[in-house]
Amino acid sequence: MAHRIEVVTNVNDTRSEVMRKNLVSEGFKIEAAKVLEVYTVNKNFNSDEIKKIAEILSNSISQKYKIDEPFNDIDFDFALEIGFLPGVTDNIGTTAKESIEEFTKQNFIDEESVHTSTLMLLKGKITAEDTKKIGEILANKLIQRIHVKDKKTFDKDNGMDLIVPQVHLSSEIEISKIDLNISEEELLKIGKEGILNHDGTRRGPLTLEKDYLYAIKKYFEKEGRSPTDIELETLAQTWSEHCKHTIFAAEIDEIKDGLYKGYIKKATIDIRNKKGKDDFCVSVFSDNSGAIIFDENYLITDKAETHNSPSALDPFGGAITGIVGVNRDTIGFGKGAKPVLNKYGFCVGLPDDEEPIYRDKDLKEASLTPKRIFEGVISGVNAGGNQSGIPTPQGFTYFHKDYKGKPLIFVGTVGLIPKMINGKPSHEKSAHKGDKIVMIGGKVGQDGIHGATFSSETLSAGSPATAVQIGDPITQKKFSDAIIKEARAMGLYNSITDDGAGGLSSSVAEMAKECGGCEVELDKVPLKYPNLEPWKIWISESQERMTLSIPEEKLEQFMALMKRRGVEATVIGTFTDSGRCIIKYKSEKIMDIEMDFLHNGLPKKTLKTTYTKIDREEKEIPEPKDLTKKLLQLLKNPNIASTEFIPRQYDHSVQGGAVLGPLHGKGRVMSPASVTKPMIETKKGAVCSQGLYPKYSEIDTYDMAACSIDTAIRNSIAIGGKLSHMALMDNFCWCSSDESERLGQLKAAAKACYDYALIYETPYISGKDSMFNDFKGFDKNGKAIKISAPPTLLISSLSVMDDITKAVSLDTKFAGDLVYILGETKNELAGSEYFPEGKNVPKVNAISAKKLYEKVEQAILKNMIASSLSPSHGGLATTFAKKTIAGQLGMEIDLNKVPREKDLNRNDFILFSESQSRFVVTINPKNKGKFEKLFKDEIFACVGQVLDSQKFTIKGVNGEIIIDTDMETLEESYKSTFKNY
Amino acid sequence: MTSDNKDLGLTGSRRDNLQATSLPKPSLESSVKPKVIVITGYGINCEEETAKAFELSGGLPKIVHINDLIENPKMLDDYQIMAFPGGFSYGDDTGSGNALANKIKNNIEKEILEFAQKDKLIIGICNGFQILTNLGLVPAKEKKYGQRQAVLMHNAHARYECRWIKLKNTSQKCIWTRNIDTLNCPIAHGEGNFYAEKEVIDSLIKNDQIAFKYVKDDNSPADLQFPFNPNGAMLDIAGICDESGRILGLMPHPERFNSFTNEEGWTLTKEKLLREGKALPTFGKGLQVFKNAIEYFTK
Repeated sequence: MAHRIEVVTNVNDTRSEVMRKNLVSEGFKIEAAKVLEVYTVNKNFNSDEIKKIAEILSNSISQKYKIDEPFNDIDFDFALEIGFLPGVTDNIGTTAKESIEEFTKQNFIDEESVHTSTLMLLKGKITAEDTKKIGEILANKLIQRIHVKDKKTFDKDNGMDLIVPQVHLSSEIEISKIDLNISEEELLKIGKEGILNHDGTRRGPLTLEKDYLYAIKKYFEKEGRSPTDIELETLAQTWSEHCKHTIFAAEIDEIKDGLYKGYIKKATIDIRNKKGKDDFCVSVFSDNSGAIIFDENYLITDKAETHNSPSALDPFGGAITGIVGVNRDTIGFGKGAKPVLNKYGFCVGLPDDEEPIYRDKDLKEASLTPKRIFEGVISGVNAGGNQSGIPTPQGFTYFHKDYKGKPLIFVGTVGLIPKMINGKPSHEKSAHKGDKIVMIGGKVGQDGIHGATFSSETLSAGSPATAVQIGDPITQKKFSDAIIKEARAMGLYNSITDDGAGGLSSSVAEMAKECGGCEVELDKVPLKYPNLEPWKIWISESQERMTLSIPEEKLEQFMALMKRRGVEATVIGTFTDSGRCIIKYKSEKIMDIEMDFLHNGLPKKTLKTTYTKIDREEKEIPEPKDLTKKLLQLLKNPNIASTEFIPRQYDHSVQGGAVLGPLHGKGRVMSPASVTKPMIETKKGAVCSQGLYPKYSEIDTYDMAACSIDTAIRNSIAIGGKLSHMALMDNFCWCSSDESERLGQLKAAAKACYDYALIYETPYISGKDSMFNDFKGFDKNGKAIKISAPPTLLISSLSVMDDITKAVSLDTKFAGDLVYILGETKNELAGSEYFPEGKNVPKVNAISAKKLYEKVEQAILKNMIASSLSPSHGGLATTFAKKTIAGQLGMEIDLNKVPREKDLNRNDFILFSESQSRFVVTINPKNKGKFEKLFKDEIFACVGQVLDSQKFTIKGVNGEIIIDTDMETLEESYKSTFKNY
Repeated sequence: MTSDNKDLGLTGSRRDNLQATSLPKPSLESSVKPKVIVITGYGINCEEETAKAFELSGGLPKIVHINDLIENPKMLDDYQIMAFPGGFSYGDDTGSGNALANKIKNNIEKEILEFAQKDKLIIGICNGFQILTNLGLVPAKEKKYGQRQAVLMHNAHARYECRWIKLKNTSQKCIWTRNIDTLNCPIAHGEGNFYAEKEVIDSLIKNDQIAFKYVKDDNSPADLQFPFNPNGAMLDIAGICDESGRILGLMPHPERFNSFTNEEGWTLTKEKLLREGKALPTFGKGLQVFKNAIEYFTK
């Protein structure tokens, strides 16, 4: 019989108090809230044993517990319990089980288990309906159950119910054969909705298009049989847009090689050739991350991913599995790199937009509001990054109304790996014939079924709830340490890769390419619950797993090491050179496909694009009378305002190599770039930055891409990055990529990626695309709506600076320092945060910018620059303001001195234009001479100085004071928007 | 490392002088270097920088997985210093530090308690402090090693917090905090809210066991005020030691202040030094904590 242990905190219960406050701020009349932890121990223990178990699960100083009965001394009106649905990962339950096993020296067997839930006892003027509503706010119905009782029922039942959430699957496992000799209509239905079950339901989208389905049909005609369900599912996973990047690979208009080979990869190849012996790329586009040289002994890797669709449904789960997943792209690089820093980027709808939208016509499945998504993804990266012990010094947020349907959740990880391991280049790896296929980490369940195909399509009512995954960072931390810090140096494996999208079907089949085949025994895979169907085992995206190829003679040593480190490791098959991917289940062969067909059998797409430039008019806007007010308004714009609460909850000092993190200066202003020392004992630093301009996309995607690239580069330069040792990554998040206009926009952006990278000589080392960021659903009146995310290109830069003591922060340093602008300000207001319309979107002149950047680099190396920040969203005015807030010193500026294009004389235009390739720097007046000499061939001017007062004044072009305020007022505005987060 | 000595103490302030002015020379024979066992496993994640801090301070650290120690607890005889680094052991499930402390108690409690009562040193940083309190190694009132007497609860605002804070050394007894008056240090935790019952608190005060308190910039008491006291800890307690002063548990991370360039606001200090024509220091002041432990055995 199962036991229920309830634990209450009886001193300093801040969690309950914070819960009460939060519920009050949501508008509920709560007088008192008490949060209890509940453990449901599903194993027979005698009363003595269960009492001791309760003792080890609670804290004798601050907590009390009850076993199989409720506390009777808590005053409340309604009880609300939130627990996990069956099959959902319950990390605390797992830890509790392990503690109990060690303590009692009894193992949990078969279906014995431990589950956790949270019980809230609420007192106040609330109804049962309110309580249910609170439950819906706090829980996610896709993964959690909500249970409400009023006090009377609670007393009558002697508390809440004993619930053991276990998965029970039918024990009849059948491998079905799918007849493809059916009507075209039926065939297409399989592609769109999935394989037909006996009960008439379908298994969920395969996202196989017509020509793919015919290619598969033809292949199996050649093989003389029908495919099994697992074969069809595997092909769908392997050929998915998510895995094969079919759109970037397709022939597109005149570009036979497609956008990836024709633009992105070509840029890297051309740059590497041009740089010759100065080429710093080591492994690009071929592995889970890209790698460049760090120093003579180490490589540094980078990778950025998106987890958009899962985050829309379950923001916490989507973001935590995103960050922990991209960590595995580092651990899975070469022989295994160590993650040294994390990055994030959250593109979500406007935080105050509460207008509901629904996934279904009956208005039952409401999408989460932008604010809930925002808060959820913040917590997800918090849990994943902090628990993994990886610092998060870098990130951004961006708000746009059209991210409401589908948010874009970027996560990235930089890694470090010795160049040589055991005398061999660390970035080379290959599974050998005869190697054992070993899966390590978590067990496999239904979670994440169809994740890869799901993310390749538009979010709608049919989107599968099983696509939701929960993260377990500690399971991953255990194997990460065991691999990177031990097994790697012991040379225990030949190859390693991440189990990400597509699960084993992707990782094993990818590694099998290295040797030419594999044979898997699927019934060996450890499962979360019995009777999981083989096709699900094979494609499940259950988290925190990696696949290794272990030579037979090292197997025993490897398995022993994993056991000692508390890491589950299982041999699930053998790599072969048979040229075929073979899967057996209980000795029966259920899949047998040619490796070549599996990986290369998909028909190449041919795409045609159009790109109609809308002839926009440059709108006349009157110059605002009160520019001070305008500036203060802009500082409150969520895309400019401080989101300090995010870095405050992200550990950015772990690993001991923090140099310049997310917040600069006494005034704590968000920095767009960061510097981290991945090794404490060296002076070399990793410089990271990110750039994106979604608002420019509807005007011109070519310029949008150019600005993203320029921003990621110059932010890095501003803090001390080195242009000649800087690499980029591209993350395309597009929408409606089946429409020729969207493809036209895509092509233009990809062309800009080529053109600009080539001039800056900044190669792409890794990238990713997500092509269907659209939401199809219904508004509150049941009207069908489609919300497409604006075409978004995130460019991330990674540079290696030689001496981190040269790094420059953005805060002004001393009164009397001179303020300089480097670069030209133009009439480029369109798409800006100030005036998001018009047509004059900023353009980038990379040839002159590159010259300027090289000079800035020199000035920084010569210690000439005391503070530096590059204008981006919000233009010069917000840049001056941020520097002022950060330094906590006033500033005076004369706009007439700003170097600008001819005829640009509107004060507001000069203040808020987002012209690229500019810097605002401050210098010690003693350096004036040599500073001006260094920049004599560039466009630059001294425009003001740092004051010893708190005053902030800007003189307009005609000499009149147009902005007159002070540091505190600026700071108050900058920090007001998110102050209650 | 000797060449760095000239860089140190250049800013001239009293505090700057005491850090690392006498960092051990590399010529020091490894045989006389105190050996430090740095525990790892199950989500501990600060073991490398903690080991590095001991190494830079003249110790001979070794990172050892808890399961290896459980398998061979006799190895403790080889070490003079034991460190429980920060991290997220068992993801803080069932209470921070609780599950790993349970694991230790279930397997090698006797050996750990023996180590604690010898003339050896123990430090627990952040999650390590949480483990030490759950193991009952601090405060160990009346030498009741092994009895849980204090707890680190959820931060007052119930959220993980990462920031720099200022510490004041308030113990004459604690070996680890010698030569330190105040120290800027990063914190990064969700459960650092120190709580103990009144009689325990009284004895902490009476026995000079409060090693570090959170203070404001002007060294006045933080007085529970956020963000100076970042978690709501009673009496602004950031760290406590046992009655002997040999065992320290603290929430802040001195190992993360190993370099001059770690410190919040270092670019302002740099600019000031440059304008004064002075060179920049290399090491961070947090190393003094580790140096004190090494010197306990070498001086």
